[in-house]
Amino acid sequence: MRFPSYTTPREKLWHYSYRTFCGLVLFFLVAPLIVVIPLSFTNSVFLQFVPEMKIFSFETWSFNFDGYGTRWYKEMLGICDDNTGTTVCTDRWMIGIKNSAIIAVFATFFASVLGTLAALGLSNKHMPFNRLIMALMISPMIVPLIITAAGMFFFFAKVNLVATLPGLIIAHTILGIPFVVITVTASLAGFDNNLMRAAANLGGKPIRNFFKIQAPLIAPGVISGALFAFIISFDEVVIVLFLGGPEQYTLPRQMWSGIRNEISPTILAAATILVIFSILLLTTLEMLRRRSERIRGVSPN
Amino acid sequence: MSNTSTINSQGPLLTNDGVPLKESLRKSLRRTKIRSFLLILVPLLFVLLLFVTPIAQLLSRSVDDIKINEAFPLTFAQYEVWEDKSILPSEEMFAAVINDIRITHKIENSEGRNIGKNLLGRSGTRMTYEYSGWRSLLLKTVKEAIKVDKKSKEEIKPYKWDAPYKERMIKRDKRWGKVEFWQSLGAMKDPYTMGYYLNAVDLRYDANKNIIQKVEYLRVYKTIWMRTLQVSLMVTIFCLILAYPVSYLLATLPMRISNILMICVLMPFWTSLLVRIVAWMIMLQQHGVINDTLVTILPCFEGMVNLPFFGATNIDLCFGDEDRIPMMYNFTGTIIVMTQILLPFMILPIYSVMRGIPPSYMKAAQNLGATPTWAFIRVYMPQSVPGIGAGCILVFIVAIGYYITPELVGGKDGLMIGNFVAREMQQTLNWGLAAAMGTMLLFAVLALYWVYDKFIGIDNLKMG
Repeated sequence: MRFPSYTTPREKLWHYSYRTFCGLVLFFLVAPLIVVIPLSFTNSVFLQFVPEMKIFSFETWSFNFDGYGTRWYKEMLGICDDNTGTTVCTDRWMIGIKNSAIIAVFATFFASVLGTLAALGLSNKHMPFNRLIMALMISPMIVPLIITAAGMFFFFAKVNLVATLPGLIIAHTILGIPFVVITVTASLAGFDNNLMRAAANLGGKPIRNFFKIQAPLIAPGVISGALFAFIISFDEVVIVLFLGGPEQYTLPRQMWSGIRNEISPTILAAATILVIFSILLLTTLEMLRRRSERIRGVSPN
Repeated sequence: MSNTSTINSQGPLLTNDGVPLKESLRKSLRRTKIRSFLLILVPLLFVLLLFVTPIAQLLSRSVDDIKINEAFPLTFAQYEVWEDKSILPSEEMFAAVINDIRITHKIENSEGRNIGKNLLGRSGTRMTYEYSGWRSLLLKTVKEAIKVDKKSKEEIKPYKWDAPYKERMIKRDKRWGKVEFWQSLGAMKDPYTMGYYLNAVDLRYDANKNIIQKVEYLRVYKTIWMRTLQVSLMVTIFCLILAYPVSYLLATLPMRISNILMICVLMPFWTSLLVRIVAWMIMLQQHGVINDTLVTILPCFEGMVNLPFFGATNIDLCFGDEDRIPMMYNFTGTIIVMTQILLPFMILPIYSVMRGIPPSYMKAAQNLGATPTWAFIRVYMPQSVPGIGAGCILVFIVAIGYYITPELVGGKDGLMIGNFVAREMQQTLNWGLAAAMGTMLLFAVLALYWVYDKFIGIDNLKMG
């Protein structure tokens, strides 16, 4: 860092301590996620660093990877050939991943469709009760999950939706809608309505105009909303704890019981995969954002 | 030129169909309104039916005492005429209880299935919330008052459950002779009650339905409410302290570098909540990364030192195994983990506001003679207030209803109101109380949500 010649030492000190503080905060945000990764590759049954995990020995000046392996990944995948019997090896994790994926895919689909419809309707400024309906559509994001879960439990019990897959899909759809509404509304804010008028003027049918002109332009918003809905559903545990039966063992629920009951490093293997998964999602989202910026760059606004 | 609209100086502006322009515009506006309404209809009905209705029903559950009033109508009628509530009620009231049990026991629903037994069981549960012991007393009485002949399935009245009821009932179970049991009925005599709400703030009804404080050892919820508030406030303040400098850095750095640093903020935001909790467990536990690091790197010095003024002193500066700081499964754990989880919610709104503040303002202020610090406080900070407000309300709203984190890392003294809602729902099964606590929490959140919408606007909510 080069300072101008008039910088006082106190300013320099302030500058460096400020940067250090910011660095520490960013470290505080990311550090816990990084710690998980090496621990998930150990052979130890403990959720902590033990001396066997030292990879570099200063006494013999050599590397040693004996403490590491893919034991917990195998256990997560349900491959139990070298199970030493310290923890129960089951395919519950795989069932959990499968259930989570099914629920998340359906919930994302429904949330994207409903959320986009709502956002399109709400983009009309002349709509009466516009603000109220908007607040209502976003409220599932604001209401504490525990209250949503409790309310849905009683209601779904009456209509026999508790402990069923459709029940969970409906609940997760509702949780996902606000995110789609917000992202699509944001992308509609940059949409120039004159384009639609021009298309209508040129004789296009409304539906065709929507799919040919509006849909491609708001697509980044819809997709990033869908990604939010997906991750919300994939990571949701409170609703599943209340509404899910023994058949609906999802990945977060498996992790929950892993944390509460049998703390085994399998959970770290799952966590590592989820961290990588989230990095992929983040990259996709960033690419979408750039794409939408590029598209907006050429739009008349 | 017959196809273009004609401007007639006498009449109104006409379109080419001959309709006045005003009319035509109104028509088209109405059409767009109808189209928008049709677009919204399905999602709106979906949310209304499957989200708003369940929550409304939950709210109604918090004041609902209808069931028990269906089960014991005669008893509650007698309660109204019971004059001196410090002595045992009269024979009629004892008789009313037995009659109610016998009548309720036979209630059938429209399909002819018996629902009375279930109703009595639930009434017992309800009564236990008012005075513990009611459930077992009631069920015992139900069992004895209604004897069914096994062969004929006919109901037979055992002699001991006949008049005089008062004397015989007290003889069967001494609890019938305790006036406290009878007094506790007062809280349930109306089909709608505020009792659950009172319970949620450590109050209760006495025999005459006056509101009084609960007994000392039963007062638990006030502490929990205060703690919920305390945790939410502390987390909000810590988030603000940590987020403000970082947001400023991100907003002032060149876009290229700040985008890379932004990954550090967004990555935890996109990572599973449970993964972050597991990660913190590894960091904070007794033999976790932080404690291990402290034990390893802190210098260990122990022994006698001859200090000036103090003379020979025994100094113990060792951070050994016994000094490991408990940071998990307690209040501290909840605060640390929640701060990390909610920090992105604070950074993102502040950052997006700060990005919009032109850096030239600060330069202008300094040009006019302000010191950098003064310029920052007087010029920059006031402009970043909308971001601070948005971030604080957002973090507070999310924090106040937290359930997962306190449940997993909070131990005993880090639990919040959300955990007690879940506990009443799943373990104690006092659903009325759970609904009452949930309602209070919900209204607190909705009030904040309203403030947020009023001053910031929900459509300005930014994510990622």
